[in-house]
Amino acid sequence: MRVGVVTFPGTLDDQDAARALRLAGAEAVPLWHADHDLKGVDAVFLPGGFSYGDYLRCGAISRFAPLMTELIPAAQAGLPVLGTCNGFQILCEAHLLPGALVRNAGLHYVCRDQRIRVDNASTAWTTDFAEGQEITLPVKHGEGRYVADAETLAELEATGRVVFRYAGSNPNGSLNDIAGITNEAGNVVGLMPHPEHAVEELTGAPGVDGRGFFSSIVRKLVNA
Amino acid sequence: MSLDTVKRAAQTPDERMPFAELGMKQDEYDRVVAILGRRPTGSELAIYSVMWSEHCSYKSSKVHLRQFGTKAPKSEALLVGMGENAGVVDIGDGWAATFKIESHNHPSYVEPHQGAATGVGGIVRDIMSMGARPVAVMDSLRFGGLDQGDTRRVLPGVVEGISHYGNCLGLPNIGGEVVFDPCYIGNPLVNALCVGLLRKDQIKLATAPGPGNKVILFGARTGADGIGGASVLASATFEDESQAKRPAVQVGDPFMEKLLIECCLELYQADVVVGIQDLGAAGVSCATTELAAKGTGGMTVDLNLVPLRDPTLRPEEILMSESQERMMAVVTPGDIDAFLAICAKWDVPATVIGEVTDTGRLVMTWDGEVIVDIPPGTAADEGPVYERPFHEPLGQHDLNLDTPDSLERPSDLRTTLLQLIASANLSSREWVTSQYDRYVRGNTVLAQPADAGLLRVSEVMPGAEETTRGIALATDGNGRYAKLDPYAGAQLALSEAYRNVAVTGATPLAVTNCLNFGSPEDPEVMWQFAEAVRGLADACKTLGVPVTGGNVSFYNQTGSAAINPTPVVGVLGVIDDVAKRVRSGFPAAGLRVVLLGATYDEFGGSEWAHVAHDHLGGLPPRVNLEAERDLATVLTEASKQGLLEGSHDLSDGGLGIALAEACLAHGVGATVSLPGDDAFVDLFSESTARALVCLKPEHFEALTDLCARLDVPCYGLGETGGDSLVVEGVLEATVAELRMSHEATLPGVFG
Repeated sequence: MRVGVVTFPGTLDDQDAARALRLAGAEAVPLWHADHDLKGVDAVFLPGGFSYGDYLRCGAISRFAPLMTELIPAAQAGLPVLGTCNGFQILCEAHLLPGALVRNAGLHYVCRDQRIRVDNASTAWTTDFAEGQEITLPVKHGEGRYVADAETLAELEATGRVVFRYAGSNPNGSLNDIAGITNEAGNVVGLMPHPEHAVEELTGAPGVDGRGFFSSIVRKLVNA
Repeated sequence: MSLDTVKRAAQTPDERMPFAELGMKQDEYDRVVAILGRRPTGSELAIYSVMWSEHCSYKSSKVHLRQFGTKAPKSEALLVGMGENAGVVDIGDGWAATFKIESHNHPSYVEPHQGAATGVGGIVRDIMSMGARPVAVMDSLRFGGLDQGDTRRVLPGVVEGISHYGNCLGLPNIGGEVVFDPCYIGNPLVNALCVGLLRKDQIKLATAPGPGNKVILFGARTGADGIGGASVLASATFEDESQAKRPAVQVGDPFMEKLLIECCLELYQADVVVGIQDLGAAGVSCATTELAAKGTGGMTVDLNLVPLRDPTLRPEEILMSESQERMMAVVTPGDIDAFLAICAKWDVPATVIGEVTDTGRLVMTWDGEVIVDIPPGTAADEGPVYERPFHEPLGQHDLNLDTPDSLERPSDLRTTLLQLIASANLSSREWVTSQYDRYVRGNTVLAQPADAGLLRVSEVMPGAEETTRGIALATDGNGRYAKLDPYAGAQLALSEAYRNVAVTGATPLAVTNCLNFGSPEDPEVMWQFAEAVRGLADACKTLGVPVTGGNVSFYNQTGSAAINPTPVVGVLGVIDDVAKRVRSGFPAAGLRVVLLGATYDEFGGSEWAHVAHDHLGGLPPRVNLEAERDLATVLTEASKQGLLEGSHDLSDGGLGIALAEACLAHGVGATVSLPGDDAFVDLFSESTARALVCLKPEHFEALTDLCARLDVPCYGLGETGGDSLVVEGVLEATVAELRMSHEATLPGVFG
């Protein structure tokens, strides 16, 4: 299983993403923003950071990167893609996922261990979770408040495309407590929390609840 | 404005030069004239004025700082000592760590956000220039009283600046301090620390050897930022017109700095760098004079080639600009193409602006005319050195006589505990630290509110050798102790940082320091400084931990009111197997709670005296370096043997606060009884060389044996478990109410 990890200028969590994939038994393949080349990977992880300095708007410049012109049609054709934090913002800017992520309601950057409820355990990245399961993952962002128009929200809710919701207190004021969503096909998932920071007992957030993301995709690719 | 060339300077010897406006004294100016044998040009004056400023030359502190060298303990770990951009320490398995703390106090008062942000940026570049990958930051912050209006302007700005810059760089923020005291209201302290890791055979130095090698300026373009900042802002006392100095504060771009980090690491990997220096205070002036002075001795620079953000800048301004995110490298002609290609990959502008020579002169041209022609060492290393007069402050004796012994002591210790744990300096720092990313890069083992930050060393660089090692870092300082006795105060800061590193299980190895004081022209302040340096140098010798570098910040004073003398000490330690680290606080129920170290009736400078009586007098707790060393040996040895489940250092607020914080760390209560016969002293005295540990009951005997061997007092206090902290016969408080008191304070002020 070869999973690409994209590095844009300003990407920060690429090392963590690659480590989490390796620990789950996948090969992490570095993908460079300026290449028109997905290197034949079986899935792609868009990690967090401040790509292009978050200038203009988070993710707004990255969506036009040469690599994204390859990734967007591939994702539309079914390639599994996971975007966390800045990666989620890029997926929204690229219109692979609906809605947008705006400044936190509290106006501050928030780094904390957050309880999250899994509401959809049938996407490419969540089959190793159970629906309704609560997990703990770190959140760390200044612009993670999910917003969308009423029609989009209603559709996401009606079709089960809200994958994760904040449990306990909502760290950023997201509508409907939304922490992560998926596309209609269930192959593209974006979320603000960071599963790649919760895969080892020694480091990162308490617990290893992030492992489920990577075991899910590895299982899917093995069975494909 | 006509160009002031060397030729013109020789022809117009009597032209009046604005040296006083640039912060230079008459005798200093006369020395420049004597060195050059003529009056300096405007550009030369710019170079000398910034290089000879207090900030760059350490002219008032040098004679004292030499003790860090002369008294330095023998250390096999020290690879690079003072005088380089940062010290480098051998941490084993072929790895080295480089770390340094630096102040950005004055800019952070004028413009809190940018001042603090560029403080982080500057120290990170120091670490990069040693050839290392920066792996974490910490910051030691001091503000005016929590109830003072300007604190509500300065603190949120400083925190946001550190948060924005550090988070964008992808460096975990793993600890530090936040302290409130009215003495800092006009002079907040922002001390930023960065640590980096490198292979020990790949250290880079700031040097420009090899005539014919090229000088490359790379990173951000040069603008009008901070012109005069080094000499005007960092060295002058604030008066009422400080608002007018706003444009002199530098503005940072963390995105460019992140690109610079990755770009530099790729340059090092490709081995295309002969020497490298970051551009900090004094910008191009500092980088060219220092590189040339430490290299073959000469350099030519064509200033017209410096890429500008503001095309109207004059050569004098280019030389003084403190634009951020710039580096200077010396590269062999054959490696230029490879160097520029790597910069292009990372979208980092890079320009060849000069060449190394063996003439012994630094020569700069503008429009083809020579505007600078100086021996670089005279600017970089041969600045003025002052033996400033000093004497004990007039009121010092009375201050020491005003002991806390006469203060009324409380009978209701539960109320005292709840009051202290909610006080400005002991309450939860989460409002601040939750704005910092502590997880990025995935190697953070411990971060705030743990006593020290702890990082895993492996997986730092792709392809690098694996190791089980970890590094621990802590910073501490106590201006109240240092006010009462600066010699002891500096030693107490070292003791606490040393202890904080040891409670994680790591062995303390080396020291960095940031010495924050008032005006060196005030003999009473100078006495505080001299005493603090003497104390720190003596203590480093006793504990066997050398000072590897640091920074002095003078002029932290408004009018005649100086801040409390505030030496901040950072200690770096190493743990052989990071998986054996000791967790912070009480991680589970059913563990024995043990107090290590002896408690005396010591309340001078204590948080209790401060909070309950607003009192500062007497003497600080007694320094006992031998006891600190023995305690550290017990802690590291016990961690190696796997005896400990959790630990916490005892410091401000004493055992009572340590117990409460240990309960709060994992939401686990404890039931304890006190060892002494005075519950108040047992709970709130700030005696040094003490720590709290918890362990499985079956390990208790092994620990007491270890303590007996090293003569470290050891008291079994009780057991963890339950929802409350119970001090038998004295007080009981639920963990929930402790948490409510602890966590409400900062949000109550800052929202």
